[in-house]
Amino acid sequence: MWDYTEKVKDHFLNPRNVGEIENPDGAGEVGSLACGDALRLSFKLDEKKRIKDAKFKTFGCASAIASSSALTEIIKGKTLEEAAQVTNQDIADYLGGLPEEKMHCSVMGREALEAAIANYRGQKVTKEDFEVICNCFGVTDREIFKAVRENNLKTVEQVTYYTKAGGGCGQCHPKIEAIIEKVKKEMEKEAPPPKPEKKKLTNIQKIKLIEETLGREIIPALKADGGDLDLVDIEGNKVLVALRGKCSFCPSSEFTLKQYVESKLREFVSDDIEVEEVRP
Amino acid sequence: MKTVYVDNNATTRVAPEVLEVMVPYFSEYYGNPSSMHFFGGQVQKKVDEARGKVAEFLGAEPSEIVFTSCGTESDNAAILGTLDSFPEKRHLISTRVEHPAVGNISTHLGRKGYRVTELSVDREGRLDLDELRESLTDQTTLATIMYANNETGVIFPIEEIGEIVKARGVPFHTDAVQAAGKIPLNMKKSKVDILSISGHKLHAPKGIGVLYIRKGTKFSPFLIGGHQEKGRRGGTENVPYIIGLGKACELAQKHLNEENTKVKALRDYLEAKLLEKIPNTLVNGELVHRLPNTTSLSFEYVEGESILLLLSDLGICASSGSACTSGSLEPSHVLRAMGVPFTAAHGSIRFSLSIYSTKEEMDYIIEHLPPIIQRLRDISPFWKDYLRAQGKV
Repeated sequence: MWDYTEKVKDHFLNPRNVGEIENPDGAGEVGSLACGDALRLSFKLDEKKRIKDAKFKTFGCASAIASSSALTEIIKGKTLEEAAQVTNQDIADYLGGLPEEKMHCSVMGREALEAAIANYRGQKVTKEDFEVICNCFGVTDREIFKAVRENNLKTVEQVTYYTKAGGGCGQCHPKIEAIIEKVKKEMEKEAPPPKPEKKKLTNIQKIKLIEETLGREIIPALKADGGDLDLVDIEGNKVLVALRGKCSFCPSSEFTLKQYVESKLREFVSDDIEVEEVRP
Repeated sequence: MKTVYVDNNATTRVAPEVLEVMVPYFSEYYGNPSSMHFFGGQVQKKVDEARGKVAEFLGAEPSEIVFTSCGTESDNAAILGTLDSFPEKRHLISTRVEHPAVGNISTHLGRKGYRVTELSVDREGRLDLDELRESLTDQTTLATIMYANNETGVIFPIEEIGEIVKARGVPFHTDAVQAAGKIPLNMKKSKVDILSISGHKLHAPKGIGVLYIRKGTKFSPFLIGGHQEKGRRGGTENVPYIIGLGKACELAQKHLNEENTKVKALRDYLEAKLLEKIPNTLVNGELVHRLPNTTSLSFEYVEGESILLLLSDLGICASSGSACTSGSLEPSHVLRAMGVPFTAAHGSIRFSLSIYSTKEEMDYIIEHLPPIIQRLRDISPFWKDYLRAQGKV
């Protein structure tokens, strides 16, 4: 059984704003019977161009109905510019969270909103303009890009949870991986990852952090050059390592140790780390 | 809130009589049946007795009964144990509607280079026996075809299938997990070589299963260990559960008639009333060759998880073949294999009764389900579209 929050249960059992607005200012529909869920959203604006009323009809599971209900509550009273800023995470947050496997329900909410606003503005969002990546569920590259960026998704499984893409035959998994990789690169360019703050570490934390840093930052780079390194011991701030592979007989191994390994460990772990080589 | 449990194909209540006979074997008679001393020996006698009861229930010899930990282990052991005995042959025949305990291991073997034929079913969930005939080759290691489907209750003509399979000299396994206790099984008159059953589907606890292996059938153990079960399944016997299963089989034999009269009548009543009261409702699977306790109904234009949760809110426990309930995104492989349209596949609900089910419980469901479906249809965008297309609004 899914672990739904009380808020999800409430919006499922007592959905707000069910229905279709007659002569709406904007209306959008996403999903289909084949996909297992669908949402039809319509809204009406007041004279100040704020959303006066919003209604939904949804075919789908409890979290789809709750997400739709939450969406209508969130956008009521907002201008279209404000409403356009609503993300799927906002919908999930409003409900006190959704099981990760069900995040696609919140994404469906955001997509229906986008479609309804585009409909009001006389724009047409058609799938034909984009490449369909997942044929089983008809998910385009644009939808996947957006979900990956907005939710910082890292794995194909997560993309499936959020967009359904990849949840059928699985043939599109390499394409989804490529999108995740592309977004990751884009985001790295935009904002370099902040350096973790260094605070006083316990011995156990320090050992763990040294191991993590070696595994993540240092060993892959050495391996790329045909070398390798083993962590032998840690005594206080002294990190004892043994160089392996090409590194073990490399004339510049001393340089590698001090300039590369030590400086990386100082950067990520602690300023007073010293690295020493142990020879077999 | 009262609990109306109509999910007996998922698991069943442990019969009080079963629990009662199990209890002494936890901390009173806890000896190991393999021990040389009297304390283990007396337990061995009880295990043998239970084996005898299971054998009688299946119309088998006690020596043909192997105790396992569950239905999945039985299925895995049947398939891998047979394949291992015929390493030169690399073709497995199965169906598209098997339980994952068979279906996923077939897929796994397919990835490892076995040729796997998955027989298709028609809209009613029936096999095409000509397709089976054409699939059998000299290279076929095993045919594994379920006795009765867990989702729809559709019963396959196992003896006819066995006839065809055995005529080609191919070993035949059937997953009878859902059939056992609901329809009569008699291995003496059967073509089946290996058969799986699971304790918790017939009022024994979870954690005990049986593999029937016909005398003379080639079989390599799946759990390799001690000499238990005549070397066909290592591991110290799960004594209390074996004793419990013996009792459960004895009871199942006794209740078989009731399953096919009282339980069937209740199922038919529930099904007929729901079909009458809820428009756009379909029964999944053929009606005649069907387990007496099972009905799979599809309510068009609504989604199964929503129905289940609203039922659950009223204490009614059923299950669904919809995508959302499984955590996968596609509706049940059984309904898809049958070609049930998406309008209906997502809104399927399975009710599975037991001898503990009552008329009052059926009436409770009949009273509460129609408004639930109506309520969800009122929320569904497709219901009004449908009515409009029909000229009904």
